[in-house]
Amino acid sequence: MTRRILSLWLPALAMDRWRLAHVDELGGEDDTQPRVLISDTAHGPRIEAANRAGAMAGARRGMMLADARTLCPALLTAPADPAGNLAFLEQLAVWAMRWGPWSAMDPPDGLLVDVTAVPHLFGGEGGLLDDVHAGFARRKLALRSAIAPTAGSAWACAHYGRARTIVDGSRSDDAIRRALSDLPVAALRLDEDVLTVLRRLGIKRIGQLDAIEEEGAGRDAIQRRFRNRRSPAANPLIRLDQLLGRIPEPLLPVVPQQAPLVQRRLMEPIRHRTLLDTVLDDLALDMARELEGKALGARRLELGLWRVDGEVIVRRLEMAAATRDPAHICRLFAARLDDVDAGFGIEMLRLRASWAEPLALAQGDIEAAAEAHGTSLSACIDRLTVRLGAEAVARPVPFASHIPERAQRWHPPLEPEPSSQGLLEFHHRPLKLLDKAEKIAVLYATPDGYPKRFRWRGAVREVARVEGPERIAPEWWRERGSARLRDYYRIEDGAGCRYWIYRQGLIGDGRGGMPDWYLQGLCG
Amino acid sequence: MEHKENERVVLSSLLPLWCRMPTEPSSDTATRQTAPLDVADIGCMVGAGALGRERSSRWRPGLAGEGQAAPCHSEIFAPSGDGSGAAAALALALDDWRHTSRPEGCEAEDRRAVLWVQMREAAGLVGRPYRPGLPEDVRRRVIHVLADTPEDALFALEEGVRCREIAFVIGEMLGNPRALDFTASRRLTLAAERHGVPLYLVRLDARPDLSSARMRWNVASAPSPEARWNPQAPGTPAWHAELFRARGHRPGEWILGDGGRQLLAKSLPSAAQESEQSSVVSA
Repeated sequence: MTRRILSLWLPALAMDRWRLAHVDELGGEDDTQPRVLISDTAHGPRIEAANRAGAMAGARRGMMLADARTLCPALLTAPADPAGNLAFLEQLAVWAMRWGPWSAMDPPDGLLVDVTAVPHLFGGEGGLLDDVHAGFARRKLALRSAIAPTAGSAWACAHYGRARTIVDGSRSDDAIRRALSDLPVAALRLDEDVLTVLRRLGIKRIGQLDAIEEEGAGRDAIQRRFRNRRSPAANPLIRLDQLLGRIPEPLLPVVPQQAPLVQRRLMEPIRHRTLLDTVLDDLALDMARELEGKALGARRLELGLWRVDGEVIVRRLEMAAATRDPAHICRLFAARLDDVDAGFGIEMLRLRASWAEPLALAQGDIEAAAEAHGTSLSACIDRLTVRLGAEAVARPVPFASHIPERAQRWHPPLEPEPSSQGLLEFHHRPLKLLDKAEKIAVLYATPDGYPKRFRWRGAVREVARVEGPERIAPEWWRERGSARLRDYYRIEDGAGCRYWIYRQGLIGDGRGGMPDWYLQGLCG
Repeated sequence: MEHKENERVVLSSLLPLWCRMPTEPSSDTATRQTAPLDVADIGCMVGAGALGRERSSRWRPGLAGEGQAAPCHSEIFAPSGDGSGAAAALALALDDWRHTSRPEGCEAEDRRAVLWVQMREAAGLVGRPYRPGLPEDVRRRVIHVLADTPEDALFALEEGVRCREIAFVIGEMLGNPRALDFTASRRLTLAAERHGVPLYLVRLDARPDLSSARMRWNVASAPSPEARWNPQAPGTPAWHAELFRARGHRPGEWILGDGGRQLLAKSLPSAAQESEQSSVVSA
């Protein structure tokens, strides 16, 4: 699933805000008078924003007021308020979370909202944009907007593209390329001097830059031209990659998401295990409360122990399923704290849930029922992995291969099974497979038939009944050409023991000498 | 009066049988003979009068569905040279699991996992479970644990037995490790009975030492029945199983067979049974 980012641009944010604040003075009429917002500079007042009539009269952003006055002597002025604008933008960012779970400011006059998996609530992405525009129109704010898979492309479309662009990026970045190729390079959010350089090079559209980059050595050429430019705003290649989603672009959410964290500073450094356990109990209780308040459960916990002499010991714990049971957490950590060297003492402990997942409230076990109920599977697996190691606990899952030892893989126990094709079960498979097929010495009647008698682990066994052969060819696409095919036989010896044996290779197949026999599996 | 008399005679004729270990043609007859009785059995013998009727019932497949609680801790002694131990353990476990009555109103499918604990040495000898060859019901449920030491294996078994989301636990241990003493097995029995999760412990190449297991079996592979379509091929698995000690059941010998959805058992006339019949006739 690709991300969907909604970029909102308020082109007349400062002016709109002034108008909303002074709606009483205007007395209901539209401000048809030419009006500008000014800020004071060392060279005199400079224009920060102009309303429509002001712009018609020739006032532009960045002009000196004196110059504008020569064009239009009737220009009305009001002081600009950049700090107020920023605060207003922050409020807007919080307000804009109504269209998505996550929003960020894009100063000085834009917003970014993550609308991934949200548009169906508004009847599709077109409906979402309609709702956004209706919302901003109600607040009398001018708006341009776009939805795209990356923040960069959404920004570019909102600022330079057609109104209400929706870039479909579900399959590849081709859609983004097509949508952006006609936009000017300024849509890459580059610094002014870089834009000047590009203009002098004759690159005006993003498409041109993209085309140069596509031609093999073209990327190197651009790379060389801008090799000293580390910041994204100064390097068109980085910006282009951000636009196409090839490299991530970190965005600061307006409502921060912080990892649950609890800590204890100790009056006196602790040096003994019993005290450490007590503090850990307290921390686990705090953490449980913290997580419960957020309806979360921890998947990964980090316990930091700050020693008096400046050392920091960190112990990590990963749970098979989200949990916030303090007793369980303490029990798991107890096994990890055995080898902690306290030195001259530990003065601070901090427990941090660096990975948390939503976990709803559940009714606790009532009284004695908990004892009889036993633990949950995830708690059981946590305890096993903490004591025996993560590799020791596994679940066999099928794998698409016809070579028997490759047809099964081991996965973490609580992970969902990978999807696999149903097996065609024409043949019996043994209950157990040896880790490595063991070589057996065989006495056979005919060299290309099944054995009459074989010796395995020092004991001779007579073959009483046989089923086979089942021929399994090597996987030629991954093994060497000298790999030999296998003929599998399911056999039963005189005592009733059932085995799965195979002959590797055929006589005269040109891939080595006489075929060898192996015992690979034990049947039930 | 006559009835009472008869019962007394039968009981008195039975009592020595419980104490006697079945004689085996194997080489470790001496150890079998001197294997001491466990505490559970002694307790049974004291209360033999009250338990008499229950004890005399014979084990048969599907017993768990007939009002009798499934045994929560069974031990299966098997050689490490074939796959009979784990296969018979699985068959017995599945038989109990299918016949255990579910609580009232619980109609959802049982999706609980199966914990399979192996000591690393045991896994090296008899191999690890192979998913395509496992019984259909078990395939998706297996969670496999590989333990390096007997202590770790016992820990894993106990954790499994305490877990409410596990249908049954299968363990495979090699030989007679020091850690698996009577205290350890008693711990396992108590935990299994308390939480109602059955444990089937396969003891590979082990002497039947002191244990509190409720059922103890000797299992070996038996020639399989003739396959339906190909008489030359090995048929469905069959095992020669001997129940040599159980609480609440008479010992006996069976040829167990895998009947697809059920466990097949053909009773064999054992030495104990013959002598019992003769004693009844004489009474």
